[in-house]
Amino acid sequence: MKSFQSCLRWLLSAVLFLCVSPVWAEDSQSTADHSKFEQLQEEFETGPEVTKACLSCHTEAAKQLHKTTHWTWAFENQLTGQTLGKKNVLNNFCVATATNWPRCTSCHIGYGWKDDSFDLSSEQNVDCLVCHDTTGTYKKFPTGAGHPNYEPKKWPPKKGKLRQPPDLQMIAQKVGKPGRDNCGACHFYGGGGDGVKHGHLDSSMHKPNRATDVHMDSEGLNFSCQTCHTTGGHEIAGSRYAPKPSDERGVVIPGQPDQNRATCESCHGSEAHGEEANPKLNSHTDKVACVTCHVPEFARGGRKTKMWWDWSTAGRKDANGKPLVKKEDGYAVYHFKKGDFTWEENVVPEYFWFDGDVRYTLFGEQVDDSGVVPINRIQGSYEDPDSRIWPFKVMRGKQPYDSKNKILAVPHLFGKDPDAFWKSFDWGRALKAGLMARGKEFSGEYGFVETEYYWPITHMVAPKENALGCVDCHDRNGRLAGVGGFYMPGRDRNETLDLIGWLMVLGTFGGVTVHGLGRMVSKKGRSS
Amino acid sequence: MAMVKLYAGFERFWHWSQAALVILMLITGFEIHGTFTLLGWEQAAEIHRFAAWTLIGLWAFAWFWHLTTGEWKQYIPSPMERILAMVKYYAFEIFQGKGHPFHKDRSHKHNPLQRSAYLGLHLFIGPAIWISGLLYLFYGDLGGIGLEWLPLGAIALIHTGAAFLMLTFLVAHLYLAITMSDPPGADVKAMITGYEEVED
Repeated sequence: MKSFQSCLRWLLSAVLFLCVSPVWAEDSQSTADHSKFEQLQEEFETGPEVTKACLSCHTEAAKQLHKTTHWTWAFENQLTGQTLGKKNVLNNFCVATATNWPRCTSCHIGYGWKDDSFDLSSEQNVDCLVCHDTTGTYKKFPTGAGHPNYEPKKWPPKKGKLRQPPDLQMIAQKVGKPGRDNCGACHFYGGGGDGVKHGHLDSSMHKPNRATDVHMDSEGLNFSCQTCHTTGGHEIAGSRYAPKPSDERGVVIPGQPDQNRATCESCHGSEAHGEEANPKLNSHTDKVACVTCHVPEFARGGRKTKMWWDWSTAGRKDANGKPLVKKEDGYAVYHFKKGDFTWEENVVPEYFWFDGDVRYTLFGEQVDDSGVVPINRIQGSYEDPDSRIWPFKVMRGKQPYDSKNKILAVPHLFGKDPDAFWKSFDWGRALKAGLMARGKEFSGEYGFVETEYYWPITHMVAPKENALGCVDCHDRNGRLAGVGGFYMPGRDRNETLDLIGWLMVLGTFGGVTVHGLGRMVSKKGRSS
Repeated sequence: MAMVKLYAGFERFWHWSQAALVILMLITGFEIHGTFTLLGWEQAAEIHRFAAWTLIGLWAFAWFWHLTTGEWKQYIPSPMERILAMVKYYAFEIFQGKGHPFHKDRSHKHNPLQRSAYLGLHLFIGPAIWISGLLYLFYGDLGGIGLEWLPLGAIALIHTGAAFLMLTFLVAHLYLAITMSDPPGADVKAMITGYEEVED
């Protein structure tokens, strides 16, 4: 009996040891066990306290991060000269960050960006844990301006699930390299929910299967984000604001000054198809982007992505006077806070010539409200050697604008004040407050204008057997039916030549038929 | 009447393999052109490319054979009045039961119309197809020979135009080759066996 008890004790302590033993010990080659660090033995009350402890060793980390778009939410596009970044651009999802800070900055890598007074030079306000947590238990609170909740708190408020505060000490002791879950915590949920924004990044990418993403396949190559989005000094390669539609560097090898691997070519080269493949494939790569054939559809992981968002219908109530929410297939197709949506999965992209030059309609820029207003415009042509045919998600919708001044509006959506749209549902007040926050006078007249936003597709690369075939494009009504500037066999033809050609062939056929019949008739006539 | 060997072994092999390849390329070519769907676009394109190289190889042998055997002389155009006599025969006299104005022998195995038609086929339609076809095939590399200014649409126009001419030729050729001999089919038989009965 005694020996059974001691066995049990041993077993329990073994289980306990396995449970609490740091993650790094199993799969990391790190030379540091953070659980042994003196600085990390204290009971941390807040995130910034953890950061302070991190910075006591990693002295340059915050300075490095301060230079990144992840921190500044501002981006200077060298090509176009435009100032972009989340702080500056408008989109056709929740439109703008201004005045909605605490909600939006729940995806900022900092603590406390709750209004314009946020100190971007504060080192202690850098959130190390959101990227370096390996436990999966660290979560920023959706309205916490980047902080997690330090007290148990419900989300959504009132009727939601109770969220316990994270165990900051335990999390700090188990920090490690970021995994897909860290990046995904924000990037898979952009636009306000799972898969909303990108369509090629959603929760299915936490543990994708081979069909969803051949590189990140959790049972195959199991790439992390940084395998391609190479890092150095907290700077991360690859940018949607300044994309690279073609990469002439070829395969990147050690010793080259630019180790950026955020292009297909940087691993596969520009003629990636092997000898077993159709030889014609490699001769397409000077005009067709890899992803055009190799991401045949987006939103392939079993999650839908938002394709249409109409703000103009927001604010409705149902027959009982209650705020209206309509769901289909588990997805909200109408929400009183946000208006009408359409969702799609396995979406065939739209294709355009693309040279990497993306120009945004900046805040305050006059728009032509007689048609669809582009949130951004893409450039490129057949003649340009750097352009490629590239797949896009085109997000469309209707959003508020100042119909007298002809500028896209900034709606003040979130907040406890009566100007917030989600409080009073008064567009006039919400737009006035939003525009004022960005230094513009609201004319008092507003409307809803249709907009479109071009999102280059890069992720969810399919296995080669699922890539597009020739006929997907080489067809009269193929995928590239609308992509102009060049002749494509199977799609294009000279109608006049076809008409003349077939008249000639059929004419000859008719001629010889008549000739033959004539001979038969005349022979019969002679013999009778 | 005597049985004379009109067509050498190579010539017959060349004729029939060329016929098969041309028909195969017409079928696959018009599928690539988008006229119909039969084999699937990729399959059609691959067969078309394979057949193209085979046909070019065959043409090279045929040119060599014609030049070294002197058989090329069989394609020298006849005087105009003899061609017109053939036209007159096909247009009118054949319906009146009149006799053929041309008589085959070993050194004149083609009638005056055939001589001109085959010469046109081999000097114009054929080269138009395979030159434009090679430009088509190597379109991505045309910069290497200073032809990057040549639009694919123009190459395709010539290639397709020549294909229509080839198809037109085929229709007319089949009618004439099958029905014009006496009895019908004798010319086809001769093209298989090599021997044909000719008047002494």
